[in-house]
Amino acid sequence: MQMPEPDTRVLSRKAQIVARLRAVLPDDAVIEDPAETRAYECDALTAYRCPPLCAVLPASTEEVSAVLTICHEEGVPVVPRGSGTSLAGGALPTADSVILGVARMNEVLETDYANRFIRVQTGRTNLSVSGAVEEEEFFYAPDPSSQLACAIAGNIAMNSGGAHCLKYGVTTNNLLGVTMVLMDGTVIELGGAHLDAGGLDLLGVVCGSEGQLGVVTEATLRILRKPEGARPVLMGFGSNEVAGECVSDIIKAGVLPVAIEFMDRPCIEACEAFAHAGYPDCEALLIVEVEGSEAEIAEQLGLILQIARRHDPVELREAQDADEAARIWLGRKSAFGAMGQINDYMCLDGTIPVSALPLVLRRIGEMSAEFGLGVANVFHAGDGNMHPLILFDANKPGDLELCERFGAEILKLCVEVGGCLTGEHGVGIEKRDLMTVQYGAADLEVQMAVKDVFDPEWLLNPAKVFPLDVSAARRVVAAE
Amino acid sequence: MRPETEAELAETIKAASGPLRLRGGGTRAVGRSTGEVLETGGLSGIVLYEPGALTLVARAGTPLAEIEAALEAEGQRLPFEPMDHRGLLGTTGAPTVGGMAAANASGPRRVQAGACRDYMLGVRFVDGAGQILRNGGRVMKNVTGYDLVKLMAGSWGTLGVLTEVAFKVLPKPEAVASVLLDGLTQEAAPDAMARALGSPFDISGAAHLPEGPEGTPLTLLRVEGFAESVAYRAERLRDLFAGSAVRIETDPKRNAALWRDIRDVAPFHTRAGDVWRISCKPSDGPELAARLGAEATLFDWGGGLIWALLPEGSDARARLGTFGGHATRVRGEGESPVFQPEPAPVAALSRGLRARFDPRGVLNPGLMA
Ligand SMILES: Cc1cc2nc3c(=O)[nH]c(=O)nc-3n(C[C@H](O)[C@H](O)[C@H](O)COP(=O)(O)OP(=O)(O)OC[C@H]3O[C@@H](n4cnc5c(N)ncnc54)[C@H](O)[C@@H]3O)c2cc1C
Ligand SMILES: Cc1cc2nc3c(=O)[nH]c(=O)nc-3n(C[C@H](O)[C@H](O)[C@H](O)COP(=O)(O)OP(=O)(O)OC[C@H]3O[C@@H](n4cnc5c(N)ncnc54)[C@H](O)[C@@H]3O)c2cc1C
Repeated sequence: MQMPEPDTRVLSRKAQIVARLRAVLPDDAVIEDPAETRAYECDALTAYRCPPLCAVLPASTEEVSAVLTICHEEGVPVVPRGSGTSLAGGALPTADSVILGVARMNEVLETDYANRFIRVQTGRTNLSVSGAVEEEEFFYAPDPSSQLACAIAGNIAMNSGGAHCLKYGVTTNNLLGVTMVLMDGTVIELGGAHLDAGGLDLLGVVCGSEGQLGVVTEATLRILRKPEGARPVLMGFGSNEVAGECVSDIIKAGVLPVAIEFMDRPCIEACEAFAHAGYPDCEALLIVEVEGSEAEIAEQLGLILQIARRHDPVELREAQDADEAARIWLGRKSAFGAMGQINDYMCLDGTIPVSALPLVLRRIGEMSAEFGLGVANVFHAGDGNMHPLILFDANKPGDLELCERFGAEILKLCVEVGGCLTGEHGVGIEKRDLMTVQYGAADLEVQMAVKDVFDPEWLLNPAKVFPLDVSAARRVVAAE
Repeated sequence: MRPETEAELAETIKAASGPLRLRGGGTRAVGRSTGEVLETGGLSGIVLYEPGALTLVARAGTPLAEIEAALEAEGQRLPFEPMDHRGLLGTTGAPTVGGMAAANASGPRRVQAGACRDYMLGVRFVDGAGQILRNGGRVMKNVTGYDLVKLMAGSWGTLGVLTEVAFKVLPKPEAVASVLLDGLTQEAAPDAMARALGSPFDISGAAHLPEGPEGTPLTLLRVEGFAESVAYRAERLRDLFAGSAVRIETDPKRNAALWRDIRDVAPFHTRAGDVWRISCKPSDGPELAARLGAEATLFDWGGGLIWALLPEGSDARARLGTFGGHATRVRGEGESPVFQPEPAPVAALSRGLRARFDPRGVLNPGLMA
């Protein structure tokens, strides 16, 4: 992975820069010891690493502003960081950059049940936001699988989603406002506890901008009352095509499940061997979950099972109790761990129109044979967000590169059929160079123009999202 | 000017030597936009509709009525319930997809389902330099690059002329019921609506009319879904408000009329005066309404959206003072800005974006400024 050369002017002034940061932060909030900065060398895309100039852990919006003001004056790039669970290298540092971690900013600032929102510092983890309102039977809807670890900061930057976003939407649909610090240290508020934007929807463009427009320090999030209940059903089918048709028929019938998860045979077998969830022997498996009152669950499941029966299911299993429900989910939830047990794998994240599902799965199968690498598919079928897991041997020279080439081909296929390169993990550095597959030069130019407005010197989270050659001219100008 | 294709539109904008006033259906002449009229009606038609994938793509000049008819045939709908402004503003014409998206028009269901912007998956547009651009796509989840779809939603044609919009649509529910609470005061209503919205009964509309159809205060709570579930939830809500005067309306036609009137602010249609739209924290509603001293008000979105009728020329913002949210003058002339002025650093960002997207300042100059 190519990264820009570090700015030697910054490197040579390290001592001065660190001293200035120390002057505005508590002692233990500035980390420059190479042994300690190691923790910040990469995010969950561990294949790429680089020690930063230093890392800072401010505890308030004011401290973040003070840090950014200094970095702006010194011309130092800044890489914002939540929990470092990005799978796209979104929080990968450069040698001349300061990592700005918000992990110490994890307070709940306000809970308001009457107006159904919670205001938190953005270092707070996703799951602990729901935890803070659980007693009153409320929850925060976006539920990435990494929710135990990932921070609201990273969720906002990546516009993260989860299994339940078919019904509840992703982060952008549940984010009401932010306090954000611009690269020059200016603190702004966007949105708030009201529902819509006054002027241009700047909040909408900040969400998903991968830490390149500003550092979010506080967030106002929509919270929802928990439904009375929820129940999953497991369905096995004889082919991927039939399972895909069943998904489409369920949606057409007017049922809106909270989740529709799809697993193909390689994935089913791996999960079964790992978790012993009692999954049937079949080509494709769907887990469909509905929620509501008992009457509503019964009515929806009745309709779903009726539709499923028309597709000759190998098995239909409605959870009779909490135990059985947990077992149905167990296999799916351990998919990534299960695959990791049997092989090294690369997890892709592309989306496709649901109608293209059979075609895409067939093509992936064919390509798998061509490249000689196995693939297991598990994904959020309701919204076409695929996670093909390409299996390879990390110890075998050349296998990783082969795997990357195969992955790129799959993502290009996603775009070809009308989908996109990433549905929830983000572009980061991982998919940076594929951006030209989805967007034309002018489309990328106008996105970069947005960055020009928020961060004219291009100091925030450098070398992410845009291919290096596409952003080269801007980075040169900014460096002068 | 009325281009027939996207390419022609791009040429028209490139060639423009002065300001352009964009017009879809022209059903709503809000704000101060000047210049030669550029109509989008020539860019019409549904490009793609996949009911099984909940996706519809349409050209910007397509009349909303055409979209609604196509969706209706498949038992689907635009969940955000876009308002029809003709009654309130006394305009004629046919509202278009582009105008709706440019206004981020969202009705009562916004509290549950989200706004127009939440259902916009992708856009094509022509910027002020005449470049044809696109962002987003037609899939439910997409985090490939910056989300300019949201930026275009509600930008009132100041950043570009939309030529095509991809939407997520949803199934139309089988049944609807409204739980009607009679006689609540303006002070008590937001609290009652908050209780309902904070219940597990999935409320898809919560509004309060200080003067309902019978001339007395009426608070309305809507539930939608499968028939049995709707009946169940309506009963639970009745229990929640035991002790108050509660009725349940289940007639589909009467329900449609009730919520259409709220959506379109029907009580103000025949009354003179300026109309302001205030977006706020729901529990602030009564206090803000008191400060406004309006001739009439209507609370939607559980109290988070206040429609206020004020004497001509009144400056609602002066009356409101500082508050969390914003006020827009939807009807009426006057000195005060139509859109809420922004704090300086935010205004600088908005200005910066506008200068990048429309360097010559030809698109709806004066609007949103
Ligand atoms: C096992 C596993 C499962 C996962 N499952 C999912 C899933 O189901 N759905 C999903 O969407 N993702 C998933 N992810 C990806 C990842 O968890 C998300 O992208 C998450 O939102 C990242 O949050 P973070 O706090 O760890 O961010 P980080 O990794 O620290 O940073 C991510 C991005 O956010 C930026 N950023 C961080 N803090 C700020 C800030 N304060 N202001 C501005 N920008 C900031 C960074 O610069 C970077 O670009 C998974 C990851 C793992 C490891
Ligand atoms: C202050 C205000 C608040 C409003 N709030 C709501 C609301 O909450 N809910 C609601 O349902 N409706 C709202 N509307 C009304 C909404 O604008 C109309 O319901 C309808 O969507 C307009 O359709 P039209 O085609 O007639 O648009 P027009 O009246 O022709 O245009 C509407 C606006 O969009 C611009 N425009 C039109 N077509 C395009 C295009 N293709 N690309 C870019 N810009 C374009 C126009 O220049 C104009 O500024 C509001 C209007 C105003 C003025």
